[in-house]
Amino acid sequence: MPREEQNPPSETLIGKPLPRAEARRLGAGRGTYVDDISLPGMLHMALLRSPYAHARIIAIDTTGAAAAPGVHRVITGAEMAGVCQPLVAKLDFAPGMISAPQHALAVDEVAWQGEAVCAVLAASRAQAEDAAELIEVSWRELPVVATPAAALAPGAPPVHSALESNLALEMPLSSGDVEAVFEEAAVVVEHDFAFGRQTGVSLETRALIADWEPHGRSLKVHQSHQAPFQMQDVYARHLDLPEHRVRVIAPDVGGAFGVKLHAYADELAAVAASVMTGRPVKYVADRWEALLADIHAREMTVAGRLALDAEGRIVGLSVDVLSAVGAYSIYPRTSVGEGIQAAQFAGLPYRVPAFWGRVRVVYQNKAPTGALRAVGMPVGCAVTETLLDMGAVRLGLDAAEIRRRNYLGSADLPAKSPGGLELGPLSLDACLEKLLVRMDYDGLRRQQAELRKKGIWRGIGLATFVEQTGVGAGLYGPAGVRVSAQEGCTLRLDPSGLVRCTTSVTDQGQGTLTGIAQVVAETLGVRLEEVTVEAGDGGATPYGGGTWASRGLALGGEAGLLAARDLRARILVAAGALLQRPADSLELAGGAIRAADGASLMALSELARIVHFRQDTLPPDAGFEMMVSRHFVPRRTPYFMANGIQASYLEVDVETGQILLLGHWVVDDCGRVVNPLQVDEQLRGGIVQGLGAVLYEHCIYDDQGQLLTGTLADYMVPLASEMPDIDVAHVETPVAETELGAKGVGEAGMLGAPGAVWTALHDALAPLGGVPRAQPFTPARVLEALGE
Amino acid sequence: MKAPPFSYLRPEDLDAALEVLAAHKGDAVVLAGGQSLMPSLALRLARPAALVDINRISQLTGIELRGDRVRIGALARHCEIAQSDLVASHLPLLRTAIGHVGHRGVRNRGTFGGSLANGDPAAELVACAVALDATVQLRSLRDERRVAAGDFFQSPLETDRRPDEILTEVLVPARRPDEVFGFRELSRRTGDFAMVGVAARARLLEAGLRDLRLVVFGCEARPLLSKAAARLVEGTPMDEASARQIAAAVAQEMDPMADLAGDASVKRRQARALVARLLMEMAHG
Amino acid sequence: MAERIEIALTVNGAAVRTSVPARQHLSDFLRTTLGLTGSHLGCEHGVCGACSVRLDGCVVRGCLILAAQADGAVVETIEGVAESGEIDDLHDAFIARNAYQCGFCAPGMLLTAAEVLAESAGGAGTAGGGLMTRDEIRAALSGNLCRCTGYQAILDAVEAVMLSRAKA
Repeated sequence: MPREEQNPPSETLIGKPLPRAEARRLGAGRGTYVDDISLPGMLHMALLRSPYAHARIIAIDTTGAAAAPGVHRVITGAEMAGVCQPLVAKLDFAPGMISAPQHALAVDEVAWQGEAVCAVLAASRAQAEDAAELIEVSWRELPVVATPAAALAPGAPPVHSALESNLALEMPLSSGDVEAVFEEAAVVVEHDFAFGRQTGVSLETRALIADWEPHGRSLKVHQSHQAPFQMQDVYARHLDLPEHRVRVIAPDVGGAFGVKLHAYADELAAVAASVMTGRPVKYVADRWEALLADIHAREMTVAGRLALDAEGRIVGLSVDVLSAVGAYSIYPRTSVGEGIQAAQFAGLPYRVPAFWGRVRVVYQNKAPTGALRAVGMPVGCAVTETLLDMGAVRLGLDAAEIRRRNYLGSADLPAKSPGGLELGPLSLDACLEKLLVRMDYDGLRRQQAELRKKGIWRGIGLATFVEQTGVGAGLYGPAGVRVSAQEGCTLRLDPSGLVRCTTSVTDQGQGTLTGIAQVVAETLGVRLEEVTVEAGDGGATPYGGGTWASRGLALGGEAGLLAARDLRARILVAAGALLQRPADSLELAGGAIRAADGASLMALSELARIVHFRQDTLPPDAGFEMMVSRHFVPRRTPYFMANGIQASYLEVDVETGQILLLGHWVVDDCGRVVNPLQVDEQLRGGIVQGLGAVLYEHCIYDDQGQLLTGTLADYMVPLASEMPDIDVAHVETPVAETELGAKGVGEAGMLGAPGAVWTALHDALAPLGGVPRAQPFTPARVLEALGE
Repeated sequence: MKAPPFSYLRPEDLDAALEVLAAHKGDAVVLAGGQSLMPSLALRLARPAALVDINRISQLTGIELRGDRVRIGALARHCEIAQSDLVASHLPLLRTAIGHVGHRGVRNRGTFGGSLANGDPAAELVACAVALDATVQLRSLRDERRVAAGDFFQSPLETDRRPDEILTEVLVPARRPDEVFGFRELSRRTGDFAMVGVAARARLLEAGLRDLRLVVFGCEARPLLSKAAARLVEGTPMDEASARQIAAAVAQEMDPMADLAGDASVKRRQARALVARLLMEMAHG
Repeated sequence: MAERIEIALTVNGAAVRTSVPARQHLSDFLRTTLGLTGSHLGCEHGVCGACSVRLDGCVVRGCLILAAQADGAVVETIEGVAESGEIDDLHDAFIARNAYQCGFCAPGMLLTAAEVLAESAGGAGTAGGGLMTRDEIRAALSGNLCRCTGYQAILDAVEAVMLSRAKA
């Protein structure tokens, strides 16, 4: 029951470090993830996956499997193709980017080890797996392309027979005469960078239950996913179902990070299987399947060159990016985004008078790749920051000083970057200065110098980043990709004066829903617990994007603010009609409608009772409708650029190659911080994922395209022991375009952490002549950088 | 990743267990802690017809002092070893090494006998058994035999145990007053198997280290008991230079397997560093 | 081999008598037969710790134990432990520090933390024999993978509870 106070303090919730409403339930083991759900008549799906990286399917015999205990049906690709269209990712602005059609279950040809070939539906997963082993397939192996060099070699065999070339895309990005600049520069540094293929490893693997009801002809899919509306569109169009009869519901999701953003053939197969059998079908990827078939990312090499004048100012930057993707371009966003962003985000924090960039994306017979948290931005950051430090060493300049000399300042902004990105106001200098104080940069440099005399090699690394958040329709719209960039919020004032909010945004633990509740509650003058926020159900929430490109609070929070203001206005108009006072003389605070002096005139709960049950007591033309819906999408700017800086302090054991992380810092400017408790932990979590990427994580294939890292013992993610404490601080430069002023922050941690370790390692090894070359920096690679 | 079908048997005593193993003629496997067997079943790498759960066989439990040796029953769990005062006093090398074995959840179930019977050359306890010159007891229906740890581990995951035998206990020489121990492991993360590790035991006398048993593990096909180290250490005053020299000789003696963590030369280089540091630590405390 | 094994055990204080497939692991039994979905499957090969439950008082990986092996055992899952009130202070500390994000690792992490704290109260798990250092707590939690938090908030929560229990 909402309380009513005589003279309440105005309840400021925005900016407070408040815990999430979901937390208590999740910690007690009462979360509901897809695999916790069971439906009547549900079948379990296991997949026969291709053991070969490239092969033709000659024949499939499913009779043994179909007769196995507990099996309901075995489905081949040919059968499924009759019901389900293949996924074909396209970009309207790059019609030359051909992607082979990706069938839900492969038909005729498999192009990566792990591609799904047959589906077994059985009473239990164990029985389905038993039966899958009884399927007999005769294959003809085809040539395997397992490296980018092999993909580009003249006469290279095609990764898929539908491709004429393995080069998916070649895109130039240039401005200024770079060659002349390089010839005349005082200092030129060049380096080749390599980034290992990695994957997301959400602790809950991908999972869905597809529930096709054949009589009413409706499809409901419970799916662990970031973008239910996108999947609604994918299923409707690929299974030829009317969109309004398709409902995708994301329950609690155990981590996503971009893995659960894309459309997967194996998930489409589960949905098609439900349509074909008329029964609910559950598919839960096991961990081997997750490592094998989740989107991979980041496999890139970058040839970088930086030209500086004698004072260390950048005069030119050149980045040649080769992005090695998988056999198919992932649907619907395609696989080219990581490579493009790696090039576009190089040099972004700096004045770069001349820039040359090229992105080439090549297919390989490996798992499809797609956008993973922070997309290609970490690569652009690591390359830029390392080149800058290499230049600083040549000129005898301090790392912080060379950055100061080159940062874009208020006089330079707004601007369009050489890579074509729009930059608004940034706080690069402020973040740097705050960082240097918090980490005691001078003290660490002194400590480093002392220890070097004793043969202890420590490194200090800085990584500046500019980050694209709150992305609007300009990213996927011109590409023709059917992904909505708007976010929406619907508010309903219930009869007891409590508020229900539904949002298009989804939350996998970020705390976005709590942030939205804070915005709504503060605007309506009620307590936080008087607002509930529901998300994830595409049939019951406003249409929107979900979770991607750091949009939740920035865009979803803005929609919440707009909706709350609309509802507030309606409440005050109705109250004014009832109280016979002008609406603009009334306030809403402390759960009541109040006069300007704060005196309570009517409890909100009382107003709610009347507008719901006693419209007969309202003046006939007085408004009584207390449900509002607003959407928001950036219109005047295409996205909100945020910025920050990270630092790493580490020690290298030069005899074993082991790296010990001693400390990590971040100063981030994500605009208005609605909930620092949620934001800070998103930063920490992202940083640790970035540390995983730069030190441990690697999807390793052999030369036959066989994945060698199929367990969590081989694919290593960070555990608690090796991670440092992470210091977090903020600068706040609010977004001009929104009322709320918040930018996104979900990717910032993962964006800058690799770069901070690249530069710290470079700093540690520089006196010994070592230069890091390839991440992850395993002990073997560190020893390689040191030479013999 | 659900296990393939198998029969499950849970004999109440050792003879019953041995009968079952004999009857299955190699197609039954022993289930002790299950921390290695269960993952291999989940990955369908192992497909036994039957699992023989020996966890109820009480005569396989226990840790006792028997004269100058410590008897560790095959079913002694890692957590028991970690908490045992007897082990702390008489087998300090084991006490140190056990903290590196997996994680708490694994140590609460994993068994000493199970680790040795699994014979993973990257396993800490396997290396310690060799370093301490432990003896493994094997029983079958037909007979009982004892095998020195140094002979027991033959190649990765292959030991001298026959399919109809159960490893029942391990006898480990207890610490003598003049003995010192060393253990160093290079792993990417706490609890991982060693990329390269060294476990050692020696007597520390006035003149220096003697009777050194230094085992390199992690990258060798079987734990390498270094003859070079044993020979070179005798009568050598230990300083940085001599430690490095001995370490270099050990590296030459190695035959490391290349893997995802690095090639043979990387392993040798890392082992050299570990051995040199270990020797200095053992010689000078 | 549709063999089923008879088992009788106690789960969260309640007696359970049933038969289980020989190959079914304890986690699947708890989740699908008993509907105790609080413990989760993150890898099914013993690495991630999301399946952690208590067996006869010790934290174990449920995916590495056959349901058949739990005959005669006392099993506690997060549901039972949370309800008992035993970890209320830990739960509150996690919430206050935002140590739960997606929540998938939480049940396993809590049971492990509870055991670590219980042992440390007895002086185990620490070199000095007194309270654990932050590094020691980190090492003790390293068998539970979290992909969301980066561990620091979890560490802070466990440390805070350790300190407050020591005062009491």
